[in-house]
Amino acid sequence: MDATRLAIDLAAILAGAAPLVIAALGETISERAGVVNLSLDGKMLLAGMTGFAVGLHTGDVLLGFAAAALVGALVAAVLCLVSLRLRQSQTAVGFVLALLCTDLSSFLGNPYNRVSGVAVSHLPVPWLADVPWLGTVLFDHTPVIYLSMLLIPAVWWFLFRTRQGLVLRALGERPAAAFARGSAVVPLQAWYVVIGGALVGIAGAAYTLDLKQGWSYRHTAGIGWIALAIVIFGGWNPWRVALGCYLFGALQTLATRWQGAPPGVLDGIPTQVYQLAPFALMILVLALVNGATNPAVSRIAAGLPAPLRRPALWLLGRLSVEAPAALGQSFVRP
Amino acid sequence: MSHSTEGPRWRTVPLAPLLALLAAPGFVTLLLWLSGTPVLATWQLMLSGWASTAATRADALMLAAPLMLCAAGLTITFAAGLYNLGVEGQVTFGAIGCMAVMRAFPEWPAPVLWMAALAGALVAGAAWAGAAALLRRYGRVSEIFAGLGLNFLATGCVLYLVAGPWKKPGSASITGTEPLPRELWLPTLEGVRLVPAAPILGLLAIGMVWLVLAHSRWGLEIRAVGINSTAAERLGVPATRRMTAALAACGALAGLAGGLQVLAVFHALVSNVSSGIGLLALLVVLLVDARPAWVLPVALTFAAFAISAFKLPLALQVDSSLGGVVQGALVFCALIARALVARST
Repeated sequence: MDATRLAIDLAAILAGAAPLVIAALGETISERAGVVNLSLDGKMLLAGMTGFAVGLHTGDVLLGFAAAALVGALVAAVLCLVSLRLRQSQTAVGFVLALLCTDLSSFLGNPYNRVSGVAVSHLPVPWLADVPWLGTVLFDHTPVIYLSMLLIPAVWWFLFRTRQGLVLRALGERPAAAFARGSAVVPLQAWYVVIGGALVGIAGAAYTLDLKQGWSYRHTAGIGWIALAIVIFGGWNPWRVALGCYLFGALQTLATRWQGAPPGVLDGIPTQVYQLAPFALMILVLALVNGATNPAVSRIAAGLPAPLRRPALWLLGRLSVEAPAALGQSFVRP
Repeated sequence: MSHSTEGPRWRTVPLAPLLALLAAPGFVTLLLWLSGTPVLATWQLMLSGWASTAATRADALMLAAPLMLCAAGLTITFAAGLYNLGVEGQVTFGAIGCMAVMRAFPEWPAPVLWMAALAGALVAGAAWAGAAALLRRYGRVSEIFAGLGLNFLATGCVLYLVAGPWKKPGSASITGTEPLPRELWLPTLEGVRLVPAAPILGLLAIGMVWLVLAHSRWGLEIRAVGINSTAAERLGVPATRRMTAALAACGALAGLAGGLQVLAVFHALVSNVSSGIGLLALLVVLLVDARPAWVLPVALTFAAFAISAFKLPLALQVDSSLGGVVQGALVFCALIARALVARST
């Protein structure tokens, strides 16, 4: 494969994974604060549809994104109200909201199905886009894609290098301790979940106003569920989460590449199988990575011959991740 | 709770859950009105569309049957504290298992073949649920995400079979395999698409699950694991094994539902064989809070809504996803109602 081809492929992966990155980072914020927002897929659809409709009626892409963010934040607020305030299971509320929002997006989006509308315009970064090779990969995109790339360090810096980020993580790890230190646990959690929801909303609009440039029924095809899985795969760390998203994007690009491969061993396999393969592979990777935290695996590694033991244990140590300790448990004020 | 008296007084009135349940139709009505849909005509069709002809009544019953099977199974996993989101894939794999038996022994007499095929569906569904249990046990992937991943994988398998080894001869279609010969369809009532065996199996499943959960040692242990698995383990209940068994039992019932989809509804293996029945069953179980006795009326109601909603596009040019909106809104409001009841007591 020549270098130009590779640059185009890498650029396609960065662009294709952009909505996934934004959504997964939004969920990372929410889960780091201790709240699982399972409604992600439905929320993305509803926000994407709203963003597209608003963009179409006003002719303003920015307004579309704002409306999408608002929808995402609203759904997140509803989840907070029912799970944190009324203390219903976060999983149950999130699941119902996911299905409800999906059907709402189909019902309300009926008039906009496969209509052509507005889209984000292409914006190469001046000068940088002309840098050979690297310019094609990184700097020849739409603003949404730059946003997705900039969000990764921004979220990481916020979570791990600021005072508020420290408090946020405390909410997810030891809410009782955060409470004792004077943090208003539930309002703060709700605030971060709403921010995460707004990001997921923006991700939905990134689909309809940028990547796919249009709205059709259930057009995310389950990407929201994958985003949820990637947050776990990424160990709730923005860099690893983003890596997971790009890995998924690469799998999708590979799948489309195989689809057009010359006839051979892969004959007779329908294209739909290729489109589904990345989803299944992703879960398999998730299982392998999480398997590293299994004590049985550590025991096997410890029993390896001496030269292999150190690197094996090191690798397991790097791979294994722990979920925020209070993830999914709604906090009760003592 | 110490601060239950802080809230407004109306919360303590038992009317609250009723109000929350009225909120669902209220929400849908508001939605219809705001989107410029004829409110009365739409509601009329949603409530009575399923009953308009003998055929639609039969369709509603045929949709309720797999719903009852899946919901009965999910009652077990919920009792064990598990969210079996993989139920969709378990239905799909049940259908594959059923079709595999049908193709392997076409010369067997029909009644024997049916029994064998449904047994195949049962085993395939349980095995697919077992895969989720393995991922949970050894891969430390929660059953939610293991199930979701396996759903995608099951769909991939069906598409592969339909387009590859089990392809309709002389066709590039990927919608389904060649239909089964007429004499291999499960006995169907004349004139309508009603297979009495399907709802009967659904009823049996609900009864059995109720019996096992409420009146057996195994059911007691499952419920103990669901309430507090660590405590159950201390008391000598093998928690992981019980969870695996609960998942497998649910998978078996979901697989049976998939088998019925093949033998009684589509008469072929089609690519969207589960068509969202598993997810709908999850909503049913959430609405009834995993109480088996309530599964039957709610499954029937949800099936009726779904069949009515199918008529919306033709009759009123309204999108049929409204059926899902009504179902989702009902379950959502029920969750709120439950919270309000819990607060007032």
